Amino acid sequence: MATLQKTTDEVLELAAQHFKVPREDLSPDDDFFKKLGINSLQALDLLTRLEQHFRIELPDYEFEGVSDFRTLAERIQSRL
Amino acid sequence: MREFQGKAVGWRTEDGLVELVLDRAPCNEVGSVTLGEFEQFVSALKELEGEAHALIIRSARAEGFCAGADLRELYRESQRLDPKQRLSGVRDFLERIHGVMNALDQSPLTTIAAVQGIAFGGGFELALTCDLIIADKTARFCFPELRLGLIPGFGGIPRLQRDVGNAVVRDLLLTGRSMNAAKAQSVGLVSQVTAEGEAVRVARRTAAQVGKFDRATRIAAKHFAKPIPHEALRREIDVFCKLFVRPAVEAGLGKFVASTDPLPYLP
Repeated sequence: MATLQKTTDEVLELAAQHFKVPREDLSPDDDFFKKLGINSLQALDLLTRLEQHFRIELPDYEFEGVSDFRTLAERIQSRL
Repeated sequence: MREFQGKAVGWRTEDGLVELVLDRAPCNEVGSVTLGEFEQFVSALKELEGEAHALIIRSARAEGFCAGADLRELYRESQRLDPKQRLSGVRDFLERIHGVMNALDQSPLTTIAAVQGIAFGGGFELALTCDLIIADKTARFCFPELRLGLIPGFGGIPRLQRDVGNAVVRDLLLTGRSMNAAKAQSVGLVSQVTAEGEAVRVARRTAAQVGKFDRATRIAAKHFAKPIPHEALRREIDVFCKLFVRPAVEAGLGKFVASTDPLPYLP
């Protein structure tokens, strides 16, 4: 099973690719709404891509209180 | 009327295929303008059904298929009315939208919803009137109504119960979570999942396939396989109206409207 570090790296990579932001500009503790400049609709799009990539289901209420990549990765890790 | 372009929807017919295209910013929210144009479409459909075999419902908006009821309009309108007027206004709206949804559900045409992005609330309910849902990989389906202190009011619960197991209905309804296309296909809601941007092409290809069969047989098969849950649909309106007058609803709508997010769809 992937480690949390690997999962976090993959989340950052996917977010950078999808929203066309340089990977080196993103770090685990960044607020992804602010850093990526996205709204909730785009966050749902990110959710879809994360579900596809990690082959999991991640209910949108798992986003509640989550705005940084590291915590998002932890939510994903809990379903692997 | 074979072709029409309104402020919120448009339609055209070609080679036996009717396409109803939703195109109202930001994400095809259903308010009074859309409802009026839906009613025009349903009126035109009576004539179009005689010369077509399939109807595709799709969106021209990159944001998604349809985000559901226009909650900003609903809130704005309800604020200027007293409680009794508010309730009768909402009941009238629901009766009208049910008229549209029922006409689509019962159409002799084979109906296909081509879904990309979000199909939330009333948007999901619109897709559920169709015989088939073809979704691309970006599609997400959701009943967010409980977040507003309401239940789906456009006929969604009886139609979803018709199509999938009740455990799935309870999951979507009681958690208000959204479901991606792959999961929706696995539970039997979506018939085909396509690559991003390909749902309309595949829907057209499927419509062409459907058009090969004898018309009378196709119509008889559809009506036999697809009962309309009339009684449950009427009860849904009553339950919705009973909930609508509660303070939780005004608070929920107010919170939605006050959000600075242009499309506040996370729970």
